[in-house]
Order: sequence, then C-alpha cells, then structure tokens
Amino acid sequence: MSTGTLPGPPRGSVAGDDAERLWLLGVRHHGPGSARAVRAALDSRRPDVVLIEGPPEADAVVGLAADPELRPPVALLAHAVGDPARAAFWPFARFSPEWVAIRWATDHGVPVRFIDLPAANSLALHAERDARQELAEADPAEADAEPAEADADPAGESVPPEEGAQRDTPEGGTPEAGAEFGVPEDGTPDIVPRTDGTPEDGTPEDGAPEAGAPEAGAPCAHTPQDAEDSAAVRVDPLAVLARAAGYDDPERWWEDAVEHRGREGDDPLAPFTALASAMEALRERYGDGGHRDDAIREAHMRLRLREAVKEFGRVAVVCGAWHVPALRADATVTADRRLLRGLPKVRAELTWVPWTHRRLARRSGYGAGIDSPGWYDHLFSAPDRVVPRWMTAVAGLLRAQDHPVSSAHVIEAVRLAETLAALRGRPLAGLGEAHDAVRAVMCDGSDVLPALIHDRLVVGEDLGTVPDSAPAVPLARDLVRTQRTLRLKPEAADRQLDLDLRSDNDAARSRLLHRLGLLGVEWGRPGEARQGTGTFRESWQLCWEPELSVRVAEAGVWGTTVESAATARARDAAETAAGLDGVTAIAERCLLADLPGALPTVMRVLADRAALDTDVSRLAGALPALVRSVRYGDVRGTDAGALREVAEGLATRICVGLPPACAGLGEDGAREMRGHLDGVHAAVALLAGAHEPLRGRWAGVLRSLAGRDATTPGLIRGRAARLLLDDARLETAEAARLMGLALSPGTAPREAAAWVEGFLSGGGMLLVHDERLLALVDGWLTGVPEEAFTDVLPLIRRTFAEFDSGVRRTVGELVRRGPSTAGGTVGGGGGEPGAAGFGAGLDPGRADAVLPTLRLLLGLPGAARDLEGDRA
Amino acid sequence: MTEQALRPHAEDAFAEELKALAAADDRPRPARWNMSPWAVATYLLGGALPDGTVITPKYVGPRRIVEVAVTTLATDRALLLLGVPGTAKTWVSEHLAAAISGDSTLLVQGTAGTPEEAIRYGWNYAQLLAHGPSRDALVPGPVLRAMAGGGIARVEELTRVPADVQDSLITILSEKTLPIPELGEEVMAVRGFNLIATANDRDRGVNELSSALRRRFNTVVLPLPSSVEDEVDIVARRVEQLGRALDLPPVPHGADEIRRVVTVFRELRDGITADGRIKVKSPSGTLSTAEAISVVTGGLALAAHFGDGRLRAADVAAGILGAVVRDPAADRVVWREYLESVVRERSGWKDFYRACREVGA
Repeated sequence: MSTGTLPGPPRGSVAGDDAERLWLLGVRHHGPGSARAVRAALDSRRPDVVLIEGPPEADAVVGLAADPELRPPVALLAHAVGDPARAAFWPFARFSPEWVAIRWATDHGVPVRFIDLPAANSLALHAERDARQELAEADPAEADAEPAEADADPAGESVPPEEGAQRDTPEGGTPEAGAEFGVPEDGTPDIVPRTDGTPEDGTPEDGAPEAGAPEAGAPCAHTPQDAEDSAAVRVDPLAVLARAAGYDDPERWWEDAVEHRGREGDDPLAPFTALASAMEALRERYGDGGHRDDAIREAHMRLRLREAVKEFGRVAVVCGAWHVPALRADATVTADRRLLRGLPKVRAELTWVPWTHRRLARRSGYGAGIDSPGWYDHLFSAPDRVVPRWMTAVAGLLRAQDHPVSSAHVIEAVRLAETLAALRGRPLAGLGEAHDAVRAVMCDGSDVLPALIHDRLVVGEDLGTVPDSAPAVPLARDLVRTQRTLRLKPEAADRQLDLDLRSDNDAARSRLLHRLGLLGVEWGRPGEARQGTGTFRESWQLCWEPELSVRVAEAGVWGTTVESAATARARDAAETAAGLDGVTAIAERCLLADLPGALPTVMRVLADRAALDTDVSRLAGALPALVRSVRYGDVRGTDAGALREVAEGLATRICVGLPPACAGLGEDGAREMRGHLDGVHAAVALLAGAHEPLRGRWAGVLRSLAGRDATTPGLIRGRAARLLLDDARLETAEAARLMGLALSPGTAPREAAAWVEGFLSGGGMLLVHDERLLALVDGWLTGVPEEAFTDVLPLIRRTFAEFDSGVRRTVGELVRRGPSTAGGTVGGGGGEPGAAGFGAGLDPGRADAVLPTLRLLLGLPGAARDLEGDRA
Repeated sequence: MTEQALRPHAEDAFAEELKALAAADDRPRPARWNMSPWAVATYLLGGALPDGTVITPKYVGPRRIVEVAVTTLATDRALLLLGVPGTAKTWVSEHLAAAISGDSTLLVQGTAGTPEEAIRYGWNYAQLLAHGPSRDALVPGPVLRAMAGGGIARVEELTRVPADVQDSLITILSEKTLPIPELGEEVMAVRGFNLIATANDRDRGVNELSSALRRRFNTVVLPLPSSVEDEVDIVARRVEQLGRALDLPPVPHGADEIRRVVTVFRELRDGITADGRIKVKSPSGTLSTAEAISVVTGGLALAAHFGDGRLRAADVAAGILGAVVRDPAADRVVWREYLESVVRERSGWKDFYRACREVGA
C-alpha cells in the first residue's frame, strides 16, 4: 500500500489510499461477478468521476452510451486515419464491468474518463513493433497471453511494416496496440488489439484452423508462433492463483471463487480489496509478469489518475485487477512523464461499432477470450435461481426447435446439475454441470442439441446496435482512399473500362472491382469483351449507384479495409456455400480478387466438401472450373499450389468413384455422364502436366470403362474408347476389336448406336482414315433389322450431323465406293502394306513438301535456307 | 465356485477393492448404497486410497461421463447407457451395480422375445393351480427383486425388447411401484432401488423407446476411445488376453500393426485423418474398438498358423476389408477412396497399401 498523499508531492504514490477519495476497482474484464461488484461499489460510494481503462480518445464518444440506440455488445473501434487496416477493438458486453461503470456514470450524470495509453500511441507502437520483427520476437510483452488472442488471430497479423511509425520508442517496452483491456489477471484477455479489422463473427469456425494464414497482401508481421512463444514466457496470474488454490483449470477456479460468490454483500468493496491484495502478492513475485508494455500504460494511467484526483476529488477507477498494484505504486510524476516521452503517434479516430456475443467468444479466434458470453450474461442478469432459470431458457429453446421438453425435464435437469456440483465439490452448479445435465436429461445424450444450445444460449446471438450519430466506418474511408490512389472515380454515368492486367495499376483496379463484387458492392460488371480476348485483358461496365454507399456501410461488418473485408466475406461465403460448385466458384473469385488470405479456408472447405460428396457427377462438374483456376492462377502468378493439391485430390476421388457410378445409368444419365467424362478428360490433361501418375490412373479408369460389359451404357463405353484412342493409349486394332464387340449381332441395335455415337462424336476423320472401323460401322448398319432401324436412325443421324460437311461427304464417297481391296487405300498404292486404313508405304515427295514449313514453325535451324531453297 | 467360473461377477472379481473403498469412504451415502457416489466414481475410474490400496480403472474414458452416470442413479432417475457396440456399456452397468448394491446379477437380457414376465413376475403354475394366486405362487423377476431389496436392476439391450414390454417399465420407474392385479396387491420399491438400461444407438430404430419411457431415463452416451493411445492400449490388452484364451502362440512386434488397424478404424469412423488434414467418407459399419480387437485377433491367428509368426500388414488387411466393407457397393467406394487418397500417400504404409490392393479393394 502506498504512503504518500496525492497529488502534490513530486514523489509519492498516486493513490493516497484515502478510503473516501479514491477507489481502485480491480476487475476481471467481462466478469459478471466483477460487474455486479462494480455496480454495488459505485452505488455505495458515489464518486465524482469514473476512470476506465481504455483509450482517452473515447472520451469524445462515450456520451453516446446514454443513447438508447447504443446497445451492447458493442466495441470501441480505433483506427489510424488514412490506414484503416491498423485498428484495435475494445469490446463491451452488458456484463462487462467497464460497461456497467459507463452506464452508471451516464445515468448519474457523472463524467467518464478513459485513462489508458491513447490509441494514437498504441496503434503507432504496434505498427512499429510489427515493423521490427526481431524485437517482436524477442519481446514477450505481447499484450495478451492468449494464443487465441490478437496475435494468433489469422487476420490480426497484418500491419504493413513500412507504414509503421518510424520513430524510436523510449525503451524496449513498446506497448501493444490497444493492449489489454483484457488484462492478464484473468488469463483470458478481453481486448483484442487488432491491427487489422476483420471481424470474423460471420465465420466463427474458421479462426482456429486458420490461424497463421497471413493476411492478404500485407506482409505478415507476427506469426502465431510468436504469440505462443511469448505466451509461454508470460505469467498468467489467474493460473498462478488457481494453482495455489488447488485447481487445475483457472477458469473454473475463478468461477468458483468469484463469479459464483459475492451475492451476499456486506461491504461492496471487500471483493476488490481481496483481489487487489492477491494481485499485489503476484506482482511482487513476478514483477510485470512479462507484460513489459504495462510500464508505459500504467505510467499513463497514473498521470491521468493524478489529474482526475486534482480536478474532481472523489475518483473511482475501473481497471484490470492486474494494474491495481501499479496504480498504487510509488512513482514520481517526472518518472512517469519520462517513460511516456517520445512515443510514436498516428492520428487515430474512434467510433462505436456493433459487436456480437459470438465475437466475444474465444473460439471465434477474435474474441474477448470468454467461452460463454451468453452464460455470463445470464449470470449477470438473472436476479436469483440461476440454474433453474437457465434450464428453463434451454427448455424454451429446445421447444422452439420442436423438441418435446416438459417441465419435468427441467426439474430433473436442475436436480442432476445440483447433485453433480455436490459430487464434484463445487459451491454452485456451473456451466459444466448445467451442460452435462442438459445433455443427459433433455437431449438423450446426443451431441447435436447441446451444440445448438452452445451456439444459441451459451455463446448467444446477441447483436449490438450503434446509433446513426456514431462516426463513419473505416471501410468506406479505405475505399475512398483506394479509389483515389487507383484514379478510379465513382461516377454515376455508365462507362466501360478496359484493363490490361500486365500493368500494375490496372491489375490493382481489377482486384478492387473483384473484391467489391465479393462484398456485394456491384460497382463494376464484367463486360463483354472479356470473353474473346486473352487472359490479360478485362473489360468492365462501371456505374456507381447511390445505394452502393449503403452496401459499403453494410459491408463494414466484414472488416476495416476492402481487402480484409473481402477476405472475411469470401471465407464466410465458402463456409456457407450450398454446393461444391459454389465453393469452386468462390475459389475462382478469390484468385481473381487476389485474396490469398481467404484461400486456405476456401481450399479446406473445398477439400472437405469434395471428400464428403458421394455424387461423382458433382465432383466431376467441379473439377474443370477448379483446374481452370489452377491454370489461371499460374497465369497471374498467384500461388495456386494449394489449389492444385485440392484439384489433384478431387481427380483421384473421381478416378475411384467414376466406374461404379457409370453402371446402370439411364439414357439421360449416360448423356450427362458423357459430358463429365469429356470435361474430366480435358481437365486431367490440363492438370496432369506435372502429375504423370494421375494421367495413368485416369487412363486406367477409361480402359476399365471401355472394356465393361453391357451394364455400362454404350455411350460411355464408346466415349471411353475414343478418348483412349485419341490419347494414343489404345491400339487401333484394339479399338476395332472393341467396336466389333459393341456392334456384334448380340447387342441391341439401340445400344450399339449409342456406342457409335460415343465413339464417333466430336470428329469423324477417324472413319475416313481407318477403313477397318468404317467397314465395321457399315457392316453393322446394313445388318440392323428393319424394325430396329427406325429406332436407331435418329441416333445415327445425330452422330453424323456433328461431322464437318467435308468429312461427311468423304465418308459417303468411301461407302459408295465400297470396301476397298488389300487393306484399303486413300493415297496412291506403293509396294509395302501400310497401317490399317492407310495406303501402303510413304509418298516421299508429298512428305518432303511439308518439311520446310514445319521447320519454320518449330524454329529449327536451317528453316530459312530450306524455304529459300524451296523458292529457288 | 468363482474359481471354476469362466468369468466371475464384478462384485466377486473386485471384492477386495470394493471392501477397501467402502472402508475408506466417509462421505454421505444414499440409502442402501454400499458406498458414496464419489467412491463409486473412484471405483470405476481408478485411483489410490489413503491406505495404499490401488483401485484399478474399470473404465477408460471421460470422468464427466461416469460422474453423470453415478449422479443420475443417486437422484433416483433411471440411467440409460447408449453407445455403439463395443463401447463397454454392459461392462459399466455391471460395475455400477456391483459398486452401488454389491449385486450385479439382477439382470434382464433384452431380446426380441423378452416377455413381460421376465421384467415383472411370473407364476409357479403348479402352485397357482394347486392353491390359487398367492404370494407363494408368484415368481418375482429381477426387477421386482431389486425393487423389494432396494438394489440396482439391469436391463440389457432395452431397444431390442418389444415396445409393449418396454412400457411395462413406465409404472415401475415413475410410480416406483409394481401392481400385482391378480393378488390385488402392489410391490413398492424400497429406497435404493434403481435401474440401469443399456441400448445400442446404432440400431435405435429396432424398438425406439416411447417418449413416455424415455422421459424416465437420463441418457449417457459412452463414446469411443478419445485418443489413439487409449484405443491402442485397450486393443493390445484385450488381444493379449484373448490370444491367451485361444492358446495362440505369442506374436512379437504386433504393436505396429495394432496401431495401424486402430488408426485406420479411427480415421474412417471420424471421417477425418489423424493429422486433421483430409476428410474421408465413413463406411456404414460401426468400426468399434471391439471390431478392431477381432481384426487383430484374426490377424494374429493367421500369422501364427500360416505366416512366419510375425503380424504383418497382409494378415490384417483381409480382416479390415471385411470390417469396413459391409455394404458391397457404397462401402467399397469409400474404402477405395480411403486407400487411394490417404493410405497410398502415407510414408511407411506401402506394404499395407499393397496388401490391401491384393485382397481386392
């Protein structure tokens, strides 16, 4: 405890421990027990001013808290002016002690001041930290100990280092941007100092598996490993206390020791005193516990605290309990000022943004670090009988899902939960007991309904609102800025824009338009010219409708920059896409919009969907687009390695699943499958360049299809044979054998005609060149009995109608001439017998005539001479 | 008698542990329980007592589940243990009964032909004809005996019991009485009575419980082993025991193949590879730990009698194929896909891949 009095003497503690003038209310952020205690303390002591750990810039917007339109969960969003990607969030839930304090103050007309380091400094410091990676790695003083925290957040890594402020910081401890509100004392920090605002709640699941994916485009300054490394060094004070109390789970200890207690209130300040002395002991033992930024932040808090004491007199401070000892510590004003001198600075703006419970939850990867905001909300708001009320709410939810749950269930669940708590030696049934009881009594032991309950109640779906008077979202500013740098003005008039993707500016414009498209801001529509031209040209129809501004504002929930928002949106779209082809389409768009940050998620979803999809035709439908993306990615120079991997996996699955899927198809099914066969064949050829085994496997599939019996439709078998023949993987003789089999008298004429269609469609030159095949077709056709002929005729007609007229005529002539002698001749006859269907021997004169041109085309030496010789 | 028994009852096999636990247990006990709920949980999960007695774990699995099960019995709600075959449902129910009431024999085996008499009571017809209906002519079933004695009754495979017979449990569980209309009497359950039922949740549809009956049960689902290590351990231990019972010569170096079988089963069951990178389809079979045990045992027999005495990939391949491919059309594709996309690429699994291809995937 401190000795001096405030604030006059240059030496001495900030907080003269004057029980009637200064109350340091150390809390656990987002702890409902703390929130209740704060309210009780404020009610009983009625201070003249409330100081809160948070960026002082928020003083300007805190007045909005009185507006009924500002409904938590909300967050304070600080972003650097001109660089919205650099942003930090301070979320508040209804049960956050800070929020309770703010509301109490506005209700009682008491001023609120935020006393933490200004966002202007913390954002700049964070950027600087990112810029100096080596420092970041060596410095364990990451704001928060949670790996799930900002730094482990997939999107949170990305402050372009070159944009960071370049000034030196006074000493090693560079405070983290918006560093923790989420103070270490609970081990589950709440504030998420994010350097890039991509709210992820739309895609809550993708945080964890994704962690580590560097943000699109921006150099990744921190890796999750950094965060984990530093987390290992830092002290989790709550864990220390819990261990001392014999608990292995800090969260559970906190619940038992604090959240579930403290309803009986003799002295409203008692819990704070107890917690503060525990923290004091911890800080004596661990110092700053590895939170090196704290020195600067706490210096700033002390300075503001001194000012407030001088100005108002009776002061209450709501801050993380971890900081309480530091605020009480002896420190001179000059020493504190010295610490703060020369901090880098950016221009920062603050606003309120709506928040959700989901984003507060830890698993979203972007959370305040609490698992169960819904449960906390319940703990905070339920006046009494916490467990029965909770069970009733669960029953209500289940009933709404048409799951019969009676009052008897509720009674039994409450009994079970309470008995379980007794068995486990806990003072009161907690969420764990409630969860087990609900599962056993109401959900028949299944996992499906508990998952629903977790989603809807334990986490909750509360969405905060923000009044219109709150300052604008940063996404709109980012868009304006980008438009300016790309010299692309939003104009209401329709105009066409042709882009040459080889120029940097045009490529960036194309990316912007594609990204906006993903965000639902349809500023540009891909124009007509795009199809015919090469891959480096794009054409757009641009038209800025007024309602697009509204769309931009709506898209603000996805992130603070166009890139981060589009990335988050693409991830979400992939997760929620209906079919496999939908996901492939998104993958294609991600490549076009250059969103590598979204690709890992999209690829994962794609691979998962492909693995679980049992319909081969859907897989086959998705493959061509995917392979196109791979190729297109290659053209653009984006890294499509992951895409290729997925495409190859998909091709493998098709190879396995296709043969069984081809059996017993009807006529329409066979026709559809033939299309897939062609599509996959082309895709495999395109893909297989680097992957020879795949090509071999696909050929194996075709061979097995071609050799099948009549359970597989003729169309498919014929097509497979043809594709093999075209690839020179089937001897002509073997093709002839297969055709002979297919056209033998035992086969139904319709089936045989289908085989012919499959084999011949897409080019009849084969018949011209191989008279043996022609003879087989001819012989079969003339043998078709009269009654079957009318049946077969349309199929044959369809087949031959596809041929070029020249081919048709030649085939006709060949047939009219009748079967030729001696293996048939097309060219003149020589001595030696030629390949089947060809004239015997070569005609050297005609062959030589082609050579010079061929050489020229191939760029072989001597081409020019040949040509000249030719002319001569 | 227990010395000759092929398989002694739990209360006999672990009599020492039960005695030590009851002696060391000073926590409050529900009426007619031999020990406190805490001690029952310890008996199942294992632990060490202050006097040094080591309690072997009977059930390897989440503590939470055992706690819920024991607590359920303490709140006089009936307990329904669900799980796929081979998840130790019967084992758990037997040990719960043995620990709580010292008697695991009050058992009704549910079958499609289980009559109502097996659950409630039957008649000694000679007595009935000679003296008319009386208590003496009544032959109490296991449930009735448990009610009268305040013990734990067990019903195995409840979902196989015809629906009308199942419903005869409703009065017993809700009113805790069993009327005997023939005598104009009723038997009231003594405190301490409760009932543990097991059911296979793979074929739930056989005789789905009526919602009236279901409401009387708290349901606990016994999961498959959560980690590879646990499962390998369970399989290896069981295989060793079985091998001894079947007089198979000991086969060294089987651990690698066991791990492989367990890995394959787990991956197919969970629909995702162990490294979490690739999703795979799940076949229609259950692929429980029990089946992994039988695959390995079969492989051991092959290796011992026809092979070179070492368990090799080829010895288990056919068994795995048989376990996985239950539905010849759909499962075959699933298996092929798994082989091609997972097994083929995995380093060190070449021999296994080849063996699987050979047995005809």
